[in-house]
Amino acid sequence: MNASSVRLRFNAFTFAAAVLTIYGLAALLGPWVTADPYRMHPDAALAAPSAQHWFGTDAFGRDLLSRVVCGARTSLLVAIVSVGLSLLAGGLLGLCAGYFGGRIDALLSRVNDGMLAFPDVLLALAIMAVLGASTTNVTLAIAIVYTPIFARITRGAVLQIKPMNYIEAARALGLGHCRIVLRHVLPNIVGPLVVQTTLSLAFAILAEAALSFLGLGVEPDAPSWGMMLNEGRDWMELAWWVSVFPGLAITLAVLSLNIVGDGLRDARVRAAR
Amino acid sequence: MIGYLLRRLISVIPVLLGVSLVAFALVRLVPGDPVTVLLGPGYSPEEAAVLRERYALDRPLPVQYLAWLTRAVQGDLGHSFFTGEPVVKAIVDRLPVTLELAAIALAFALLVGVPLGIISAVRPGKWLDHLARFGGLVGISIPGFWFGAILILIFSLNLGLLPSGRFVHLTDDPVENVKRMLMPGLALGTAVAAVAMRTARSAMLDVIGQDYTRTARAKGVSERGIVFRHALRNALVPVVTVLGLQAGYLLGGSVVIEQVFSLPGVGRLALQAISGRDYALLQGTVLFAATAFVLINLAVDLLYARIDPRIRDARR
Repeated sequence: MNASSVRLRFNAFTFAAAVLTIYGLAALLGPWVTADPYRMHPDAALAAPSAQHWFGTDAFGRDLLSRVVCGARTSLLVAIVSVGLSLLAGGLLGLCAGYFGGRIDALLSRVNDGMLAFPDVLLALAIMAVLGASTTNVTLAIAIVYTPIFARITRGAVLQIKPMNYIEAARALGLGHCRIVLRHVLPNIVGPLVVQTTLSLAFAILAEAALSFLGLGVEPDAPSWGMMLNEGRDWMELAWWVSVFPGLAITLAVLSLNIVGDGLRDARVRAAR
Repeated sequence: MIGYLLRRLISVIPVLLGVSLVAFALVRLVPGDPVTVLLGPGYSPEEAAVLRERYALDRPLPVQYLAWLTRAVQGDLGHSFFTGEPVVKAIVDRLPVTLELAAIALAFALLVGVPLGIISAVRPGKWLDHLARFGGLVGISIPGFWFGAILILIFSLNLGLLPSGRFVHLTDDPVENVKRMLMPGLALGTAVAAVAMRTARSAMLDVIGQDYTRTARAKGVSERGIVFRHALRNALVPVVTVLGLQAGYLLGGSVVIEQVFSLPGVGRLALQAISGRDYALLQGTVLFAATAFVLINLAVDLLYARIDPRIRDARR
């Protein structure tokens, strides 16, 4: 690899990390730094971007910049909690399957394969059809859909380190399963899980946006990016800004997560060499 | 090869059973009496009795599952309570639209994504490489349905180049149909093309770094010969696998894309089933999509063994 491409990647990584920090701040501080995202200005409905409303207003005259900033909280929260849940559940299942092997592994792997056979958006949609649209349910649905992916990656990573000498040694010393898993297995499989977590966050943001866009995600009034795209759909011809800005917010967030995920993965590959 | 084929076919059975179990459980998880869930409100006692009989609804769950599975295997997925038509017929009627959409998306991935990935790998660090890599990242990051809406905004509403809205069947007017399917196909295909580009690039870079490529170069084989005769064939294997996995994305993504472009495909059928609480129809479409996904990947695996004989030999 030549110097210029190292520099490019480093710059892209730094840029993406900076963007994600800004998103994080927006999610944390949003309501305090922007105008009220729910306040309606009936006289200024569908106002074009201006000095007063940088991103314009929606059909109810609500300030779009405020809604995009506050939407970061809803969209990122759904993504972080759902990926966190699938990391926990999938990680645990994968650890059990990989570490104990045998029948537990056979059973868990079969169920996993069955789950992975469903196109993710469709499975999430079907779950939402059963549960009904709400922020909690969309978080759960995305968590269920991504659990098998984490289970598979964890299982694979555990299988790779299980034959290592230090695990054998720990077992020979008579350490309990719990202790071996927590002290010796877990710290050595963190790498692939971190990469997968970053990339899954990107997918989760896209999934929430798609589900909310279809009206099967967060509650109708919630300022989530997907919901804003759903609301903007009918006004495309009259007011492009209602759809364009939330979509850009999603793309930039997902792009940054993907750049960071790629960077972390490349770093792992380089370290392994 | 026949042994490999058989082993692979048998290995699909437990996965399909798992798929059917999830699809079955999905409808059973809907709160309420399964008769009401499946028939919708306002059914007659006779209809209810027939349904109870058919799916053994008064018996324990495992028996119910077997009764349902037996019917499903015979191609009977029940009836849509909204239209009364058989679920299988509803799916088969909508299938051509979804297949056409997926085909355009896949063609886009193959014609744009793969060549870009190869060029990018052969000339690393050049401006086209940077552009392709950035394009690949944006392609996997942009929500397909939003990209579709932007395409409508630019090409239909502003420039008036391509029509959107009202669907025209391929058999009615092929030219008009293709004009209307171009934007949805592009919207669905962007992410697939991006994944294809990224996979092709990394696979080519891998192959170019191998000893046999160096040997070929040392023997005086031209760069063109190395790329086309040696590298490409080896790099194709991961690309084909990844494209097979993208079939799942195509099936799921088409739900949203069909909604944006008002296309009467299987994805839209699933959405109608959801909004109408038509659970037999929903169960059918979900089961169909997952089964299709499993079978596509089976086909890809077999294709994979065809491209690379080492695979079927190694697994013996």
